[in-house]
Amino acid sequence: MSGNAKEQILDFVRARYPQAEIDETQDIFALGFVNSLFAMELVMFIEKTFEVTIPNDELKIDNFRSANTMAELVDRLSPARV
Amino acid sequence: MTTQAEIAPGVLQVTDRKSARAFVDTHIVPYADAYDRQGRVPEELLERMTAAGLWAPFLPGDSGGGGMDLVTLGEVHEEVGRGCSSVRSLLTVHTMVSWAVQRWGSPAQREQWVPALGRGDVLAAFCLSEPGAGSDASGIASNVVEKNGGWVLNGVKKWITNGQRADLFLVFARTATSIGAFLVPRDTPGVEVTPIEDVLGTRASMIAEISFRDVALGPDALLGPSGFTAGMVLTGTLDLGRYSVATGSVGIIQAALEACAAYASRRTVGGSLLKDLPLIQAKLSDMVTDARAARLLVAEAGRLKDAGEASTIMATWVAKYFASTAAARHASEAVQIHGANGCSHDYPVARLYRDAKVMEIIEGSNEIQRITIASQAEREII
Ligand SMILES: Cc1cc2nc3c(=O)[nH]c(=O)nc-3n(C[C@H](O)[C@H](O)[C@H](O)COP(=O)(O)OP(=O)(O)OC[C@H]3O[C@@H](n4cnc5c(N)ncnc54)[C@H](O)[C@@H]3O)c2cc1C
Repeated sequence: MSGNAKEQILDFVRARYPQAEIDETQDIFALGFVNSLFAMELVMFIEKTFEVTIPNDELKIDNFRSANTMAELVDRLSPARV
Repeated sequence: MTTQAEIAPGVLQVTDRKSARAFVDTHIVPYADAYDRQGRVPEELLERMTAAGLWAPFLPGDSGGGGMDLVTLGEVHEEVGRGCSSVRSLLTVHTMVSWAVQRWGSPAQREQWVPALGRGDVLAAFCLSEPGAGSDASGIASNVVEKNGGWVLNGVKKWITNGQRADLFLVFARTATSIGAFLVPRDTPGVEVTPIEDVLGTRASMIAEISFRDVALGPDALLGPSGFTAGMVLTGTLDLGRYSVATGSVGIIQAALEACAAYASRRTVGGSLLKDLPLIQAKLSDMVTDARAARLLVAEAGRLKDAGEASTIMATWVAKYFASTAAARHASEAVQIHGANGCSHDYPVARLYRDAKVMEIIEGSNEIQRITIASQAEREII
């Protein structure tokens, strides 16, 4: 799940910023890309793609720094797999 | 509690474009010029809007709304905008705040505010702009400090639509670390409302300057955590407002078109009806084409919102840019087609002209729209 989530998140970020080299550990905030428009898009993308609702207490900057941390967030919010 | 039927007997529920059109033609169109001159929307119409369920019909059913999808909401706001941009402006800011509380509020905040906002028992205003900061939201000077577990708010907000009448203000202010959104009831001590009269357009939208002096707020005043999310509360709320203004701009083009089509079919010049003159036909054809194009752009933005697609945000910028600039252009041509009559109170086009100009300034001015759209241009490479 999270490997796949990571790839999808990376694809989304790279599509928005094709000029940048971004890997799964890259801090996208440190690259200076994230404005409030992109932050909102990221949240909408994650909620829609992975069918989760991100509660207010998970809307912390550290959860959105990299594809890795976003994939971990998705894992936490997804219903437990059987 | 009084029922809707008791508030305004005979007013039908607005559930779609058709019922909105009927409501607007009955209760708004005949009076819009009078509202414009009086500089306010009367309480009677606000009550009728409550009875019609117009204030926030998109709220989920369990929150007292009708769960209306955003494409339909856009059509309803277009119809209201066709009738009167001031009334549509009141709806826009109420929609923004209602959505923000529903989307970002804690369960307690939602319980306290959402049903009342949904019914229209509480009317809301959106307070971002200040005397010294408009386009650049990061330049706001209003601030809050934490005190006794709550907050103390100081600052001045300007150009606040429905500020004269609203019961609840969503106020953006600096916190120690970023910008936060705060719910401030109008009757909180230290809140002072000063009407701003005689503006160019949307003259009946009851604009005000609002001062907050040492306003003590409880811990539950903060909407969403401050920090990373605060930017999103603002972005998401402005996105919906921008969508509503885009729909309202389509309404202005439609109103200009309807006024001009009627006028050009009656008025003769040198023995010819205006509608038979090629230069007038060119203006009418552009109005028809732009009304359709703008409506489609808005509908696409609405469809993407309903689908939860992130691309709705840029689609909304594009729709608002196209619709507002087209509205300003066509409202100007509408005055032109009406000649001197267009400059008088006898026809609605002078009001449309003034209102349309405002659409190019609010919810992201033309310049900011172009900057934002251009900054994302590489996304359009296919
Ligand atoms: C009728 C009306 C109702 C309103 N209602 C509300 C409300 O309910 N709530 C609220 O918070 N605010 C409201 N506003 C304020 C509105 O949001 C602001 O007017 C708007 O954001 C523009 O800000 P400003 O007027 O301070 O212009 P400024 O930010 O001072 O800009 C001045 C001019 O410079 C241009 N400009 C700015 N930045 C750039 C740039 N980087 N490059 C090129 N040009 C640039 C702008 O487009 C504009 O043309 C309302 C305004 C009006 C007129």
